[in-house]
Amino acid sequence: MFKESVVMKIHYSTALGSVALVAIHIMFRLTQNFHDSLQFDNVLINYSILSYSILLESILILISIHGFNGLRIILLELNQGKIYENIVTYGCLASMIVLITYGSRTILMTSMGMI
Amino acid sequence: MNKFQKNRSGIKSWLNPWGYGIERIAYWLMRITGIGLLIYFIIHIYETSSILDGKAAWNKMLELTQTTEGHIILMIVIGMSTFHAINGIRIMLGHGGIGVGKPGRPDYPYLPKSQNMKNKLCIYAAIGLAALAMLYGAEIMFSE
Amino acid sequence: MAAVKSNEDNKSNFRNKTLPTVLFKIARFNPVTDLRMKFIDYKVEYENWSTVLDALLMIKHKIDPSLALRYSCRQASCGSCGMMINGKPRLACFTKINEVKSDVIRIEPMNNFPIIRDLAVDLTKMFRNHKKLKPYIIRSDSEIPDFSTSKEFLQDPDSIEQYIQFANCIKCGLCNSVCPTMATDSSFIGPQALTQAYRYVSDNRDKGKKTRLKIIDDKHGIWRCHFAGSCSKVCPKGVDPAMAIQFLRGYLLGFR
Repeated sequence: MFKESVVMKIHYSTALGSVALVAIHIMFRLTQNFHDSLQFDNVLINYSILSYSILLESILILISIHGFNGLRIILLELNQGKIYENIVTYGCLASMIVLITYGSRTILMTSMGMI
Repeated sequence: MNKFQKNRSGIKSWLNPWGYGIERIAYWLMRITGIGLLIYFIIHIYETSSILDGKAAWNKMLELTQTTEGHIILMIVIGMSTFHAINGIRIMLGHGGIGVGKPGRPDYPYLPKSQNMKNKLCIYAAIGLAALAMLYGAEIMFSE
Repeated sequence: MAAVKSNEDNKSNFRNKTLPTVLFKIARFNPVTDLRMKFIDYKVEYENWSTVLDALLMIKHKIDPSLALRYSCRQASCGSCGMMINGKPRLACFTKINEVKSDVIRIEPMNNFPIIRDLAVDLTKMFRNHKKLKPYIIRSDSEIPDFSTSKEFLQDPDSIEQYIQFANCIKCGLCNSVCPTMATDSSFIGPQALTQAYRYVSDNRDKGKKTRLKIIDDKHGIWRCHFAGSCSKVCPKGVDPAMAIQFLRGYLLGFR
């Protein structure tokens, strides 16, 4: 599909992107008292800010790509064989897509006020 | 060929990082924290999706997670992510050939230049900062 | 005036000296007859200067001739006598018994290589991977096609310094034996071959960089190295494979 060097460049760039964006995400928890920041109404207000929703969506995509590619690497090193490797590669890709879809549903519906 | 003849050290070589310096321990921690963070991330996506079911469901989820055990798990996650991020940046630079020394004629006792003090300090810093981040997180979570 | 000791006195003192002993626990396995590995104990005397190889050869010559091991030069030049000594891959000829600092020395065949018998392992795959990465100067022209027109490929001392360290590799396999990826990934090229790929890529006479980078840019190629650095720790010649691999990867990442 892709050359391994392309996959690994994606792996490294998603890592750097995640570090930067997760730092902002955590800082949002500290803009007020930690416990208060998790209260339903405050979380809804966070989601209603478009830029914050975009931030969450970006984190979701970046970490999913990075995490499932990391898992793919570990599993490829754990065992070998054409069928096994295809299952691992496509399995990780499918899991990544499922997780992104599931997370995006939460972000989209909440930010659009569909609760 | 049976497993004795194949003679592979297998997964125990991943799980036992001792005897080859702090770099091998960093490799081991990187794997463990990576797997741990992926598991946490999946759970986090699932737990936050409870917001779609309304305030009652969200508060029920908060009751489950905002406990002493929940805070300890979150502390571990903070430590794992700090270590994984800092050590990850060190590895990324190393993978590009940055900070791994310069080639030259080796002298006995052949101390490898790629395992230099800069790399070792980075690993110790990653472990130290992870511990500090955990303490900071604990202070915020438990002081309320 | 102090009396000068005669040669005979020296000889007799030497004979009467009590030598320290060490217990060798040696792994024995014959794939044709055995189902599992077993350890056999041998107690041997040793001198200050005795190496593990000296002791193993003593065992083979005087106690148990059936012990199988591979060795040749006895001076860390041929790379034949790699084995696990108290759990770490080392050259038997380059490890003094004194250095091990233990009364019990456990000897096993090198990890991650199939066993031929006892301590002798099959290095075929390592050499196959080594060959796969074209360990020679690749050029379209030749140094000696025709003596009247050709000339030597020149190289200045600074250029030699770029690769001479990696050219010290004796292909003993210790790096492959300790690599955590090699422990589970049977398709991984391995630190030995990757280091040799960089040795030629960094040679200013070579034009085969693209060819080699294409071979290593594979899902079981260079990307499966995670810079754990154990290969460099155990290398008996100071080759530092971890450094070479990161430099080589630097080309693929566009850092070099």
